[in-house]
Amino acid sequence: MMHEPILLWTFIAVTLGGLAVLGLLTRYRLWGPLWRDWFCSIDHKKIGIMYMVLGIVMLLRGFADAVMMRLQQSMAFGDSMGYLPPHHYDQIFTAHGVIMIFFVAMPMVTGLMNYLVPLQIGARDVAFPFLNNFSFWMTTAGGVLVMVSLFLGEFSTSGWLALSNLGAQDPGVGLDYYIWSLQIAGVGTTLSGINLIVTIVKMRAPGMSLMKMPVFTWTSLCTNALIVASFPVLTAALVLMTLDRYVGTNFFTNDLGGNAMLYVNLIWIWGHPEVYILILPCFGIFSEVVATYCGKRLFGYTSMVYATVVITILSYIVWLHHFFTMGSGASVNAFFGITTMIISIPTGAKIFNWLFTMYKGRIRFELPMMWTVAFMVTFAIGGMTGVLLAVPPADFVLHNSLFLIAHFHNVIIGGVLFGLFAGMNYWFPKAFGFKLDRTWGLRSFWLWVVGFYVAFMPLYVLGLMGVTRRANHFEDTSLQIWFQVAAFGAFLIALGIACFLIQIGVSILKREQLRDHTGDPWQGRTLEWATSSPPPDYNFAFTPVVHEIDAWWDMKKHGYRRPLTGFQAIHMPANTAAGVVISAISLVLGFALIWHMWLLAAVCFAGLLLSAIVHTFNYQRDFHIPAEEVAATENARTQLLASHV
Amino acid sequence: MSDLTLHAGAPGAALTAREYHLAHDPHPENGTSLGFWLYLMSDCLIFAALFATYGVLGRSYAAGPSGADLFDLKLVAINTAFLLLSSITFGFAMLRKQLNDVKGTLLWLAVTGLFGLCFLALELYEFHHLIEQGAGPQRSAFLSAFFTLVGTHGLHVTFGLVWLVVLMIQIGQRGLIHENQRRLMCLSMFWHFLDVVWIGVFTFVYLMGVL
Amino acid sequence: MAPHDMTHDPHHDGHHGDTGPHSSFSGYMTGFVLSIVLTAIPFWLVMAKVITERNTAVLVLGAFAVVQILVHMVCFLHMNGKVEGGWTLLSTIFTVVFVAIAIAGTLWVMYQMNAHMMPEHPRQPAAAVSGMGS
Repeated sequence: MMHEPILLWTFIAVTLGGLAVLGLLTRYRLWGPLWRDWFCSIDHKKIGIMYMVLGIVMLLRGFADAVMMRLQQSMAFGDSMGYLPPHHYDQIFTAHGVIMIFFVAMPMVTGLMNYLVPLQIGARDVAFPFLNNFSFWMTTAGGVLVMVSLFLGEFSTSGWLALSNLGAQDPGVGLDYYIWSLQIAGVGTTLSGINLIVTIVKMRAPGMSLMKMPVFTWTSLCTNALIVASFPVLTAALVLMTLDRYVGTNFFTNDLGGNAMLYVNLIWIWGHPEVYILILPCFGIFSEVVATYCGKRLFGYTSMVYATVVITILSYIVWLHHFFTMGSGASVNAFFGITTMIISIPTGAKIFNWLFTMYKGRIRFELPMMWTVAFMVTFAIGGMTGVLLAVPPADFVLHNSLFLIAHFHNVIIGGVLFGLFAGMNYWFPKAFGFKLDRTWGLRSFWLWVVGFYVAFMPLYVLGLMGVTRRANHFEDTSLQIWFQVAAFGAFLIALGIACFLIQIGVSILKREQLRDHTGDPWQGRTLEWATSSPPPDYNFAFTPVVHEIDAWWDMKKHGYRRPLTGFQAIHMPANTAAGVVISAISLVLGFALIWHMWLLAAVCFAGLLLSAIVHTFNYQRDFHIPAEEVAATENARTQLLASHV
Repeated sequence: MSDLTLHAGAPGAALTAREYHLAHDPHPENGTSLGFWLYLMSDCLIFAALFATYGVLGRSYAAGPSGADLFDLKLVAINTAFLLLSSITFGFAMLRKQLNDVKGTLLWLAVTGLFGLCFLALELYEFHHLIEQGAGPQRSAFLSAFFTLVGTHGLHVTFGLVWLVVLMIQIGQRGLIHENQRRLMCLSMFWHFLDVVWIGVFTFVYLMGVL
Repeated sequence: MAPHDMTHDPHHDGHHGDTGPHSSFSGYMTGFVLSIVLTAIPFWLVMAKVITERNTAVLVLGAFAVVQILVHMVCFLHMNGKVEGGWTLLSTIFTVVFVAIAIAGTLWVMYQMNAHMMPEHPRQPAAAVSGMGS
């Protein structure tokens, strides 16, 4: 590490920053509350917030990788080799992809679903609260493993899907860091998928039939079905690669019968549903946001639901469009090209529904609504370039070019990221009791939107001119100006991220001015807005009964009054350290396997089994909130509402 | 006790009054069975990927031994019998559970465990024999796929046996309380599911492998 | 007020359906006998080399497997459209469809790919290639 100044300075910064955080925690005596009330919490709201924190922290790391790449690519032409040799550059683009998909987008989408779904369906928590906590910590363990690779050993150089390392396995630790961090995080994700499906199926408030659920809940249901039905394939593909590396099997080798292209096939059977896992919850966010800020019921609820279900099903029959060029021939390519084009239709239907909701609505351009409008324009462009790529002959030219990079960043940033910002601005007051500052939010918004276009439109041009992805140096200096423009765009986005962080800081400082006392700062339509901001641990003192879509709007329309008496004790699940412990052991197990420390690995594996078994001997996992405490909480809220009328 | 008033619409009283809470808080149905079933479906998909892999690589002998050369169908038949018998004995355990007979349940679970152990022992013997002949998982893609698919199934059986023992201890300690009945239900699903996967294994790997 | 809520707890989830669908001796025996038959016949077909044409054999064996899986699902796993409000059946159907797509799709894609590959170069004899047992 000493001859790598970038790494050295990063290490110093991380150490100092880490020590500062630890110091502050100690000084303000926060260790106890942090452990008891957050790390061991099985409350879906706390877990949701922790997922968001994980995602935002990893966003900074993933974005740092992006800045480094843009910088390198803006300088390295002709005789100038830039500052990143290929081996380092390869790790950066790999880490960038892995982190952004698995440790930013997935956790943040999961965090929002975790926070919102129980509230939207009128439930007190998810179906399996302990599993929820465990899922979070497994995801975090995976993230930690990726971060550790920065200082101990190295990361994979094979891209975010490890496609290029097949045939003859590179024996370095990088790919093993990749494998084990994904496998560990994958356990968390799959369990979380099962958890949310059962929650939605079993725990809806009385009267909430499927066709009366909020659209965000519908998209969550479909997303989690996709998770449960696709992550196992990723697990299997990675296991096969692991066996090739550790045991010497011949799944993807060049000789003895192996077929590297089988890996490509399997990984994309997972990979395509994965991108829908990322975008569907965001479609749900946009539906909620549009309805709220236009003061109108969402146009075409039924068609929205059907469109979501159709997208879910169709997402399973398009995967080959990621490797048209691998050589399956015209028939296969034609089939998948057509299915890929068909899947754009339900998505288009959704955009029309949002537009029709806006039509003749009384639109309030709060930040979530602005992010939504930016999404509609940006995603439409990205979608269209996707349809172009879906044409196999076009793809033969554009596959793995910068056009592809521009396309998927277009849809992921324009769709997923803008959706996450819309969702964060929308639901932040619910989670924390005060809104996010609008001024800094606007600055962040404009810098992000303008920055995105400046950073990625040049890439479309470059791609059409034939420039390939993942290159750290170019000979043709006439291309340089495009890269420099793109680098400037990245700089604007960096400012946008800075403004976002400042927005959070300023909001915390100004929280009394931004306070939400009513629990319903935006005149919302769904049940989460019926609770206080933040909601009490038990969410609802009485489980609501639902009569119509937009249940909270219905309740308000009928002059709903909160009950003031008759509170009963509430049965709640208890906090536990088991999730942290088992995940920590998994982390060490992963580390041991990466470094071939077999004894440690065996010990950890035994420890894992033992802790899991010990946990099953714990039959006392619940407690009751006494009725008096419920009454006190509810009375406090009654007074708050009365004094802020 | 609970003073629950109807919340009639105040202003705009043209809308009829609606009940927004129930007199007694409904307790949500338990989701463990459905959740475990969904986990089994995800496990099914892991096996599907392994079957697909075997389907693609199953004839890539790399000039080495093929299924016809290696598979001993009599052994496989015996193993199939062990697994099938273990399924029926688990069924008997469930019947005993329904009658709240702790001893009977434990007895049949023990028999199930024994059959499971026999299955594993025979499978380990088969693997050992293959490796000794130079037909280990590193020999060819076909053998890699074979060992992984069959081995993954065997690993699942192993975990099932560990779970079985733990659950037997827990039933011995606390009897057939609700929580234990739920766990037994889950293990039952797991065990039968493994037998379902085995049907796929003996058909597509062993029987079709010798054709 | 509060206490009565707590005493309900051990039985809170005590709805009969919660401990699972009802098993019966006859159900299990039917499944068991059918499974024996549906296993014995395929083994016999292959070991006695009854069907000569490979493709036919594959289809027949596959059919037996599918039927026996259904027997297991119904008799041992108590699969029907009413358990868990139909969600187990729905998720099973969804999984089966996806499994079929993944396996069929993989086989089709890989077969086509291999078919489009350049013809193989002549290989060295197996002994030189193997490299095992050194």
